[in-house]
Amino acid sequence: MSTQALAGEKERDEKKAVVNDFSIQVATVNGSGSQSSNNVLMRAIFQMGVPVSGKNLFPSNIQGLPTWFTIRASKHSYIARKREIDLLVAMNAQTAREDVQALTPGSAVVYEESLGLDELRDDLVFYPVPFGALAREVIDETRLRKLLANMIYVGVVGSLLSIDKNEIRLAIEKQFKKKAKAVELNLKAIKIGFEYAETHLTKSDPLKIERMDQTANKILIDGNAAGALGSMFNGVTVVTWYPITPSSSLVESLIDYMKVHRLDEETGKATFAVVQAEDELAAVGMVLGAAWAGARSLTSTSGPGISLMSEFVGLGYFAEIPAVIWDIQRVGPSTGLPTRTAQGDVLSTYLLSHGDTKHLLLFPASVSECFDFGGVSFDLAERFQTPVFVMSDLDLGMNIWMSDPFSYPEQPIDRGKVLDAEALEKVGDWGRYRDVDGDGIPYRTLPGTNHDNAAYFTRGSGHNDQAEYTERPEDYSKTMARLARKFETARQHVPQPVVHEEDGAEIGIVAYGTTHWAIVESRDQLRAESDIKTSYFRLRALPLTPDLESFIEKHDRVYVTEQNRDAQMLQIMRMELAHRPDLIAKLRSILHFDGHPIDARSVTEQLLDQEGDR
Amino acid sequence: MATTTSQPPAPSKKVNRLNLAQADYKGKPSTLCKGCGHDSISSQLIKAFYEYGVEPHRVAKLSGIGCSSKTPAYFLNRSHGFNAVHGRMPSVATGSVLANRDLVAVGVSGDGDTASIGIGQFVHLLRRNLPIVYIVENNGVYGLTKGQFSATADLGSKLKTGVINDLPAIDLCSLAVELGATYVARSFAGDPKQVVALLKGAFGHNGTAVIDIISPCVTFNNHAGSTKSYSWGKENEELIQEVDFIPFFEEIDVDYEEGSVMNVELHDGSHVVLKKLERDYDPTNRRRALDLLLDSDEKEEFLTGLIYLDTEKKNLIDLLNVVDEPLATLPLERTRPPQSALDEIMDALK
Repeated sequence: MSTQALAGEKERDEKKAVVNDFSIQVATVNGSGSQSSNNVLMRAIFQMGVPVSGKNLFPSNIQGLPTWFTIRASKHSYIARKREIDLLVAMNAQTAREDVQALTPGSAVVYEESLGLDELRDDLVFYPVPFGALAREVIDETRLRKLLANMIYVGVVGSLLSIDKNEIRLAIEKQFKKKAKAVELNLKAIKIGFEYAETHLTKSDPLKIERMDQTANKILIDGNAAGALGSMFNGVTVVTWYPITPSSSLVESLIDYMKVHRLDEETGKATFAVVQAEDELAAVGMVLGAAWAGARSLTSTSGPGISLMSEFVGLGYFAEIPAVIWDIQRVGPSTGLPTRTAQGDVLSTYLLSHGDTKHLLLFPASVSECFDFGGVSFDLAERFQTPVFVMSDLDLGMNIWMSDPFSYPEQPIDRGKVLDAEALEKVGDWGRYRDVDGDGIPYRTLPGTNHDNAAYFTRGSGHNDQAEYTERPEDYSKTMARLARKFETARQHVPQPVVHEEDGAEIGIVAYGTTHWAIVESRDQLRAESDIKTSYFRLRALPLTPDLESFIEKHDRVYVTEQNRDAQMLQIMRMELAHRPDLIAKLRSILHFDGHPIDARSVTEQLLDQEGDR
Repeated sequence: MATTTSQPPAPSKKVNRLNLAQADYKGKPSTLCKGCGHDSISSQLIKAFYEYGVEPHRVAKLSGIGCSSKTPAYFLNRSHGFNAVHGRMPSVATGSVLANRDLVAVGVSGDGDTASIGIGQFVHLLRRNLPIVYIVENNGVYGLTKGQFSATADLGSKLKTGVINDLPAIDLCSLAVELGATYVARSFAGDPKQVVALLKGAFGHNGTAVIDIISPCVTFNNHAGSTKSYSWGKENEELIQEVDFIPFFEEIDVDYEEGSVMNVELHDGSHVVLKKLERDYDPTNRRRALDLLLDSDEKEEFLTGLIYLDTEKKNLIDLLNVVDEPLATLPLERTRPPQSALDEIMDALK
């Protein structure tokens, strides 16, 4: 087993190559076009068959503030963020010194020569490159020169890591598609980078990329685009939104895809409508209006938008109207760390609004689950006639992830209990809020249904089975009890957890969403380094499913791992397991809340720490 | 819930072109105060829908919160209704019409619901020119919370408690003209004939139709010193023109004196016929409309009638270029692209 990644401490041996198991961090200035360079570098490694992941750590800014991009190559297919950086590309004078100081001994640094970083430490490998001067060889124009300097580092790093030049060329062609001039200029920059490294730099770090066959037929995509595709292939027709980072790209991707794939063949007209709303209140109001009238409608937002939607979501819960709301979670309020990731909306969204409300929440961990939940969310919303939240996060939504291609949804969609004119004619007498089937789910009709009995009047909680206005205590209690019964039915129908039970494991881990990837790697670390076996319960939805109880029963200590400060999922578990204090007593918490995606090492350390105290 | 079943009407019973009686357009009994202006408007809505012969199942009644917003329960039992969130009816209406473009959306709101908490959604509804009949039942006070001033109360008007309003009123018609509504009218609940004509005109229009109807609150704002009372309205109402309406299914058989009327054809082939009174006013001129409103504000006049009409401007649904059928009920084969589309997308991501 490679000790490099697992030992936690880097024992550098220059003779012993570290192949396909390290992370590169590129530090640049926001708005300098480095995103293209980073994508090219990442894609070239991917094309060499090496599993990769990319994390963009960017500021809330258009231009000028520091930004970092981390590319991890992992022959073990670990795609969580790796805390330690093995190769730093220091292009940003603002942060270069701090970035270099943070490195662990033995790491390598490619840097703009004029920054003089090699004076800072003597336990690192330094590669000075005069990026500015080299860029001038390609082009005179100042703005383009900055962009090309970023592409030159791809050449330098490509040379140092033995990345195939041809793969870089293909990646550039993919990145700039048909823009021939851009392809040509960037290829020139790459060439200069390679040539400079070959003639001026002496390779003295152990990092190396070698061809593997682990990425054949894989795709690279971000979670927002994946969610958009899942929605498009599952019949979304009305989309409303208010731009907010990190959710905007979900709707923007959806618009781009639908413009191509959702135009009526005969007329060329759209089989969808997208409206950019004036705010999130309007966005969710439109979703509810559209869903009330029978459309599969969604909106996408983040924490501040969720807060604004609160009142409407409550109405949706009580009036029983489907809605799909994607929450691409980020850190706290708008003036905070709006471009950093978190799982901080779990508790507040679960109970969003006023007067005994609770909602169905889905937690995708991967881009393929984003795709799947694009359909599952609509099926659940229409089946249960209630708002459904897809709780993604910035890490999943905006970063590029490797995945198997998505499978075409073969199954029909579930439009729920809707009575059309024909059905009304058959059933005769009906009531909008009657529990005919005993599952708490009533039948509804859509506006526009041509039948004298179709119409009903929609309002909040003050209605009886016939949707007539009432403030009678027994009517209200009955409605509330039925809503609770409906929620219990939903418990059986939300995506079930993915459980890995290890024989003889005393320790269980519970996690959800993007925390998953750190858990996968941390479990391997615990097994290899500390001989600790763990079982793993990956939650995929709220409400909690009954098998959580049996999972906790089987283990002595259960670590609920999440990316927020207040252990929000743990709080929900305590609430819902109130009848089992013996199980609650077994629950512990591992938390990560610094704005960066959670990493395996942090989980392993916290778990070992708590195990030491037991 | 529709409790009226469609019995074939007795031969003697008066019916409209759909063979429906006026009773088929009724709602539940009102729970508003006796004499409320809003109830009068509900009655005119029933009459207008009946006379026009709108299919009740095609109507979606939408409202926010407040006395006015309760009224959709009091007309058109055979239409779906949605009593939504305070000030947020425009977004719910927008969503409904996006989902089903065949719906005839009728929004009922009040002055608090539209001019205060909902002004954000109101102005964006105007800007989009959503096809909707948007009725403001405007009484200058909050009724359900017992008589506070609203933002349409006139400067210097007096509450029952003697409190004088020291802020200027928001003129909803000015906003509507300025921000993109394409049918803008003001009326008075005490003038049912005009209300009916303006409602029918709005039904025939294919864009945002705003009708600001001064609708006295008999409990909190019908006293001396109020500028939204019945007596104030009756004494001060001045007609911009006489509004008449000829539906598309009727022949125009009246001869008008040359130059005495203006006849505008609406989207569905109906006509609004505007008969000149004292002033020579052209409601298709936006600049004139804004002038008229500014002028009446300065002179503290209470002008009613059709203020603005634009039959050319595209509405939101046309702009979005959506298919002709309701999106809500498109079959899956039209909303799920084929396997080949997914393959193509996946290949591009490899």
